[in-house]
Amino acid sequence: MKHESIEINSGLLIVLTLAVISIGGLVEIVPLFHIKDTVEDVGGVRPYTPLELRGRDIYVSEGCYACHSQMIRPFRDEMLRYGHYSLAAESQYDHPFQWGSKRTGPDLARVGGKYSNEWQTQHLADPQSLVPESIMPSYSWLLDTKLDYSQIEDRMVALKRTGVPYSQSQEEYDANVEKFGKAVADELHVSNAKQSLEAQAAAEDWDGKPDQITEMDALVAYLQMLGTMVDFSKYEDGHFNQFR
Amino acid sequence: MSQPENKKGQVETTGHVWDGDLREYNNPLPRWWLWAFYMTIVFAVVYWILYPAWPYGDSYTKGINTVEYTVENEQGEEVTVSEAWNTRALFTRDMQSSPSALAQEEWVGKVKDMSFEEIEQDPDTLQFAMSMGNYTFGDFCAACHGSGGQGKIGQYPNLADNAWLYGNSYETIVNKISHGIQGMMPAQNVADDQIDDLAKYVLSLSGQAEISGEAASRGKQAFASCAGCHGAEGKGNEAMGAPNLADAIWGVADVPGCGDDTACKLDQIKHVVNNGIQRQMPAFGDRLSETQARMLAIYVRQMGGN
Repeated sequence: MKHESIEINSGLLIVLTLAVISIGGLVEIVPLFHIKDTVEDVGGVRPYTPLELRGRDIYVSEGCYACHSQMIRPFRDEMLRYGHYSLAAESQYDHPFQWGSKRTGPDLARVGGKYSNEWQTQHLADPQSLVPESIMPSYSWLLDTKLDYSQIEDRMVALKRTGVPYSQSQEEYDANVEKFGKAVADELHVSNAKQSLEAQAAAEDWDGKPDQITEMDALVAYLQMLGTMVDFSKYEDGHFNQFR
Repeated sequence: MSQPENKKGQVETTGHVWDGDLREYNNPLPRWWLWAFYMTIVFAVVYWILYPAWPYGDSYTKGINTVEYTVENEQGEEVTVSEAWNTRALFTRDMQSSPSALAQEEWVGKVKDMSFEEIEQDPDTLQFAMSMGNYTFGDFCAACHGSGGQGKIGQYPNLADNAWLYGNSYETIVNKISHGIQGMMPAQNVADDQIDDLAKYVLSLSGQAEISGEAASRGKQAFASCAGCHGAEGKGNEAMGAPNLADAIWGVADVPGCGDDTACKLDQIKHVVNNGIQRQMPAFGDRLSETQARMLAIYVRQMGGN
């Protein structure tokens, strides 16, 4: 084919251009579905409980990702400050993931358990009362806003369609019991969602207001879980290198 | 495609002709640009050979470049592992043997082997411990105690003042960091007709109020139930973490926030007496090594007056 015939035929030019540029995309994307080591084989990672899931929704809707990343990179300085680098396995149930790319505030990938519930609640309501030099805005309305979890089942079913193992049938539930243990499997059962959300909100006084379930409860529950699922003391130096 | 014409005095064209007479000038790429472009191609080929590059099947070419680090095998021996280049292996190597990791390890080792008294006498080690303590404080303590250790009245103790609830020996500070603290003053059941005198008496201990005569003796009598922890003269008890009430430093009742308003000061004190206070500091023993806690103690101790 003469080059000129491509240049003067715009339809053909478009088709061939698309073919050429899609090679780049295919080479980068397709292997991720086939390379077996992409997601590390690691114990402890589970889908979010209904309360954590609502907390995560609030994290997204309040735009926390705009200033906070959830991605500790494998560098010595990051390790010293934030802890073990993030694993792909740790965000396998995130849709979309919250890695972020901007750190106006600190990374939150392992913030779970670092501060008390009381601290988290007060810090979200009035950051400057604890850290005077902070530029984080106040999120005090989270304390006054009742958590709307009327559609929690729908939210779980939507995530299930993307591959998160929330269970609806008995078989799926049994598979979860096998994989995550009974306590976790109960939390992941869609028809249990409201009960388990209320139970988790009551089990710990997340926001200092035991009589009602607020958006603060959900967000603090989510934050306190971040980065705590994998017990890194069980793995030796260099264990996760094999997945690269 | 015909060859471009190249007659003298005529601009070279690409040879393309549109609509019978439209021609396109041929402006070849500068030589340096072209060579730079060829170099990037050579670079890419070298990169493919050295580093992970091309995917195939369920794997990818790993490259011939390697990274070495040590691991402990099942017999507990240190063995060197050589692995195809990847960022995680680089990280493992950096944590083990980068110059900064080795330098830090050396100094941390010195701190570990020295007593607090020896560290105080050795300016270099002291400086290292202080800067490590500073960084650790910023990451683990500043969120509650403030970046300057100023704390927050009523919630998180001020570490930068002269008052040390549990004393300021290094050993005590390390102990509190590692094991945490459960601070508790129970709510007091003081009769309504006594609470005013008691509050005034407490305020008078630090010379911020005048109290005399019968009121003073009634206040002192009511204070008897406080004396078990705070001492008969209100001087506090470091073993229990009961604060000294006879100095003008306030950690729970926000007396300084009242300015000169005595009624407000009394209300603050009454509030604490009636409601008690419960404060918890988490244990950091799981997150910080003993040596880290010791360096932190050195840093924290110099923040406050001794």
